[in-house]
Amino acid sequence: MSVTAPMPSLPVAAAKVSERLRKKASRHVAERVIELLLFGAALLSVFTTAAIVYVLVSESWVFFEHVPLKDFLFDTQWTPLFDDAHFGIMVLLSGTITSSAVALVVAIPLGTIIAIYLSEFAPFAVREVAKPFLELLGGVPTIIYGYFALVFLTPLLQKIYPDLPGFNLLSAGLVMGVMIIPYVASLSEDAMRAVPMSLREGSYAMGATRLQTALRVVMPAATSGIASAYILGISRAVGETMILAVAGGMQPNLTFNPAEPGATITSFIVQVALGDLPHGSIGYQTIFAAGLSLMLMTLFFNLLGYWLRKKYREVY
Amino acid sequence: MQEQDLQLIRNIIVRAKRWDAFFGVLGVFALMVGVLTFAALFVDMAIQGIPRLDGDFFTSFPSRRAGQAGILSAWVGTVLVMMVTAMAAVPLGIAAGVYLEEYAPKNWVTDIIEINITNLAGVPSIVYGLLALGLFVYQFGFGQSILSAGLTLALLILPVVIVATRESIRAIPQIIREGSYACGATTWQTVRDHILPYSSPGILTGVIIGMARAIGETAPIITIGALTFIAFLPPLPGAGEPPAGLFDWLFAPFTVMPIQMFNWTSRPEAAFQVNAAAAGFVLVLMTLAMNGAAIWLRYRLRKNIKW
Amino acid sequence: MNDNMIDASTEQQDLKVKAECRNLNFHYGAFHALKSINLPVYEKKVTALIGPSGCGKSTLLRSFNRMHDLYPGNRYEGEIVMHPDDTNLLAKEVDPIEVRMRISMVFQKPNPFPKSVYENVAYSLRVRGMKSKSELDDRVEHALKGAALWGEVSNRLNDLGANLSGGQQQRLCIARALASDPEILLFDEPTSALDPIATASIEELVTELKDTVTILIVTHNMQQAARISDFTAYMYLGEMIEFGVTDQLFIKPQKKQTEDYITGRFG
Repeated sequence: MSVTAPMPSLPVAAAKVSERLRKKASRHVAERVIELLLFGAALLSVFTTAAIVYVLVSESWVFFEHVPLKDFLFDTQWTPLFDDAHFGIMVLLSGTITSSAVALVVAIPLGTIIAIYLSEFAPFAVREVAKPFLELLGGVPTIIYGYFALVFLTPLLQKIYPDLPGFNLLSAGLVMGVMIIPYVASLSEDAMRAVPMSLREGSYAMGATRLQTALRVVMPAATSGIASAYILGISRAVGETMILAVAGGMQPNLTFNPAEPGATITSFIVQVALGDLPHGSIGYQTIFAAGLSLMLMTLFFNLLGYWLRKKYREVY
Repeated sequence: MQEQDLQLIRNIIVRAKRWDAFFGVLGVFALMVGVLTFAALFVDMAIQGIPRLDGDFFTSFPSRRAGQAGILSAWVGTVLVMMVTAMAAVPLGIAAGVYLEEYAPKNWVTDIIEINITNLAGVPSIVYGLLALGLFVYQFGFGQSILSAGLTLALLILPVVIVATRESIRAIPQIIREGSYACGATTWQTVRDHILPYSSPGILTGVIIGMARAIGETAPIITIGALTFIAFLPPLPGAGEPPAGLFDWLFAPFTVMPIQMFNWTSRPEAAFQVNAAAAGFVLVLMTLAMNGAAIWLRYRLRKNIKW
Repeated sequence: MNDNMIDASTEQQDLKVKAECRNLNFHYGAFHALKSINLPVYEKKVTALIGPSGCGKSTLLRSFNRMHDLYPGNRYEGEIVMHPDDTNLLAKEVDPIEVRMRISMVFQKPNPFPKSVYENVAYSLRVRGMKSKSELDDRVEHALKGAALWGEVSNRLNDLGANLSGGQQQRLCIARALASDPEILLFDEPTSALDPIATASIEELVTELKDTVTILIVTHNMQQAARISDFTAYMYLGEMIEFGVTDQLFIKPQKKQTEDYITGRFG
């Protein structure tokens, strides 16, 4: 709350009191200075966004002076460092889409089931243990997940499917799915718990079971919140970098087959950054063009999620 | 109700409850996928890495010979980068959180700030890396230094600190503020004497979670072009010739734990994979300890709330 | 059985008991919320539960369809026996879901599901596994007519339930409760969130409904109890103070406590 409006001055007769109140002016200045400092800190978020946009757009600008937008969007090859350079973002996009799709196939069903279970089924004790555990799971650095996908899951999958290459989008996507489960589960659960108890009581009073209540009353009531949890999951998957850089292989490959290696927008940026590209070269600028595409995609998902969350807050 | 109707109802209930029981099992199974993945990850890394974890591993520089390589420069680098991150993110995050909760008027500027924070929380970490590459490394000329890395991670975790600050401030009942104002306190006095002390455990929880995330972040640091083979220590804070030398460490090249691990992971030799597992195990323990501490702190907090 | 009940039954010979509480006790954790309650509920009559806030009248009502089973730490003792099959509704081996299918409930605040008007009413049928569209249509229409809502919503069955007015929402909840032909209908202060006009329509509906279903209603409005109920029970601090034919209880209460309450000297 804000109480910055000046208090109406009281008609004070005693001189002794007005003497003390004389401090008020300097106090007012100090208050204003502090408020401005705090405001500056809050405004930093706006500057950060502006700086991100500025850096991405200004570097991409130079890139697009060399590469027509049409080639960027529709070329089917991505070979920015070759002599015969091609800049088809589709190639990277296919890797991003494929790995994200694998991840979401894991994260959305499992995350939703966990959310329903924790919100409507689990005994108190289970929930008290499971929620912090999920949080720990979400706190594991993604490089660790990448290592796990590369040295544990891929060899395991190769036992079932011997033709699977050592680097592939499948294994990276599956582990990425597990990484995203906590986000989807905990946000969906929050949305379900926000459904008022009176609706559940209404359903139970009709003789509904827990599952009927969960699926037919609680989930429909929490739709927009659950949808925003899914959107956040998608945004995480699209922006995830290290799992793919470690386990996905970094060869650009226009494919939607998860059993192949492939580069994503994010892992391409890592690959370029690992090399020694001179500042200002076209190779250096490609990562900003790639980053701009990534930023636009996640911005879209984030705004959609924000809008959905706002919508469900309004309901109750 | 007729006897056969009752029987009908009972049959329906039996069937519906079978689904209930099935879902109960399904829920536990879904949770188990998470538990088992985590267990496999942890145990696998422990089995591979623990034999490598002796004193030398912590006191040696990386080396081309896997058996002699260690993480000295990596953990020192992590500590130094985290110092910069904490020094930037904690005051700025708390200040922004306090502003939004206690000062901000309801207007479009506030709305823009709020939307920005929400959006920044969802920006992929690698985009922060690109921002830092363009801004800190080249525009500001900080180079590929501890300062660049620390500030990048600070921006990355700023939304976490802000959100935690706001949530714990919001948990303070209005009567506390009214009580303070009724004593004649100004807004800042109310914040300093009441709001911040009472919300500090909650803020601390958010800071720890944010720092745990920063410790494990790899992508933005790779993006700013941090070298991966650093066989020397940066000058320690305060070690250089005063006054200017005191800040030499900020501009030194460095490596951090996750970068070191990534470097070893991308080597084909099995011996380096073992090093990666060992470094990864240390990293996991660090993040688990920090997140665990934060969760425990919050749990205690919830139990001790006395409003 | 207490004296009042015998009084009542001697007046109206054709009364049948649909359900009765026998020595019912209820505990919320350590709190003893209902103390040795005995109460008959007569078939196709309206029985009102009155008393000051916190007297346990809602707790008693919610015992009838085992709503307390949803929350941990609650404990019943004694019996609520349902006739004619003499099932003890509170017995451990009786499934609360079965109880709720036989006894439906209307809540204090209208709580339509975030679904269409049609789906709200069909819900209690779907829960019972009814799938046939034509049968659902018939039953939904019948229930909406029963709740005196059909005329107002027949052309907007696909609108969200939440878009109706408060009084319509409450009648929608009544239709939802009626759709499955319950044996007893519980009302938990159904008009406390409504304006006087909507209240009047609900009250009128309740008196019509008693031709087909047994009704137990909690109200904190004594005039309402006097207007719509056949029998009234006065509760205080978890105890059943007095039960009797509504007219008698209001005109000539047997107990001093009851008299103080209905004359407004307390509560």
